[in-house]
Amino acid sequence: MNFMALDQSAVIGQADKMKPAPRALPVRLSGVAYDVGGLRLIDGLGLTVAPRRRLALIGPNGAGKSLTLRLVQGLIRPTAGEICWGEHAAPPAHSVALVFQRPTLLRRSVLANIRHALAAYGAPRAGREDAAMELLEMAGLADLADRPARRLSGGEQQRLALVRALAAEPELLLLDEPTASLDPQATQAIEMLIEAAAARGTSVVLVTHDLGQVRRLADDVAFLHRGRVLEHGTADEFFDEPQTQEAADFVAGRLLL
Amino acid sequence: MAESPSALSEAFQLLISADPALTEIVLLSLQVSLTATLIAFALGAPLGALIAVSRFPGRGAVIAVLNALMGLPPVVVGLTVYILVSNAGALGPLRLIYTPTAMVIAQVLLVAPLIAALSRLTIEDMHEEYDELFRTLRLTRFAAIGTLLWDARFSLATVALAGFGRAIAEVGAVLIVGGNIAHVTRVMTTAIALETSKGELSMALGLGIILIAISVAVNAAVGVARASGRRMAAI
Ligand SMILES: Nc1ncnc2c1ncn2[C@@H]1O[C@H](COP(=O)(O)OP(=O)(O)OP(=O)(O)O)[C@@H](O)[C@H]1O
Ligand SMILES: [Mg+2]
Repeated sequence: MNFMALDQSAVIGQADKMKPAPRALPVRLSGVAYDVGGLRLIDGLGLTVAPRRRLALIGPNGAGKSLTLRLVQGLIRPTAGEICWGEHAAPPAHSVALVFQRPTLLRRSVLANIRHALAAYGAPRAGREDAAMELLEMAGLADLADRPARRLSGGEQQRLALVRALAAEPELLLLDEPTASLDPQATQAIEMLIEAAAARGTSVVLVTHDLGQVRRLADDVAFLHRGRVLEHGTADEFFDEPQTQEAADFVAGRLLL
Repeated sequence: MAESPSALSEAFQLLISADPALTEIVLLSLQVSLTATLIAFALGAPLGALIAVSRFPGRGAVIAVLNALMGLPPVVVGLTVYILVSNAGALGPLRLIYTPTAMVIAQVLLVAPLIAALSRLTIEDMHEEYDELFRTLRLTRFAAIGTLLWDARFSLATVALAGFGRAIAEVGAVLIVGGNIAHVTRVMTTAIALETSKGELSMALGLGIILIAISVAVNAAVGVARASGRRMAAI
């Protein structure tokens, strides 16, 4: 009898370590609208985020990209339309992680920021220190572990925010202009982190104004303009034959009015 | 008028020689006010944080009351505690009247609203900044309060110092519930009042100098807290 019990718990322990079946993917947005004070900021937005895909969300300033990420993260609720995460009407806990356009770091050390996130994600106390250091190694921030997080450079802060999001081991990673105003080297460091996460099977939605980055990182592209998705297809299709005048202008670098 | 200079030099004499009577009074003052500040902080800071992160009907009224309580007159607090702990009061059987414990209770009541109100203010601003992060992390309210209290630690240190400053300098509350009994409940402020009325200016001046020195030290400590907060990029 005792043997059986032991055996079973061992098996359960194993299952715990294996990555569970996706719960949040695909994320489907259909006819989503979002109003603030009678103003329609997102208007009839339809979008699908598929498992194991990297989707670039592009479009001019004010198109609604950041709002779309907030909707997908579940931080704001659509005024109309529907979002479902797999079978769920709300994102399952810690299945989706968002790195904000201006990431908020806690007023403590770099290491303590990661430790705090790991605790929030329910990582067992015993392994937290090691897991945190591992994430910092990954971000190339191990040497800065004891620095106040808010004293880091912009590029270092972005990397910290990114690995903090990865601490959740999310199924879906949402990134809002993670390399805006970073130099090429810092940009490459971020892109490598994104690629490593994607290689582990994490889906990515990336908001960026860097079309070179879209070509390097994205499988799919959604083009937003004035709160609507004007185009949604593979990156190749999008760049080779944009379907709308707005997308063609945007790719060609012409001003969108 | 003519005796003022000699009173002052006598006061310095008392200070330099660490006069036992004076030392006893100073130590009791520090003990009562530090204890009261610690208790008030342990109650007030989490309460302020809880109000800062909570939305409930009547919240505005609660904050207005809290802000009003910040300026509570010490004599009114003293009177309230007196009624509670006097022999006929609800806490009468505990026989606390004219004890340092009663003085601590009075100063806690005096200082806790101040600490709660200032903590609420600081933490509410910080929570606004952290709110979306907390929601992506799915922090429980309890965890959110813990995070905020720690991240506001430098500002909260200055809040605690402000509380201590109010406690150590007040006279009305400790006088009413303590009774200014020599060797038992006589603290700096009540001693100054008594000695002055008796015309014993040297003792009063000596204690006054120490009170001012404490106030200067508290301000210096506020400066240190701010500087370390800035160094940690935490303010
Ligand atoms: N809370 C709000 N209240 C009012 N208007 C808002 C609010 N949030 C966003 N907006 C507006 O909605 C529009 C879309 O905002 P959003 O931040 O999603 O743009 P974006 O595509 O991310 O732009 P950018 O490339 O500049 O980051 C903007 O015009 C913005 O001003
Ligand atoms: Mg944006």
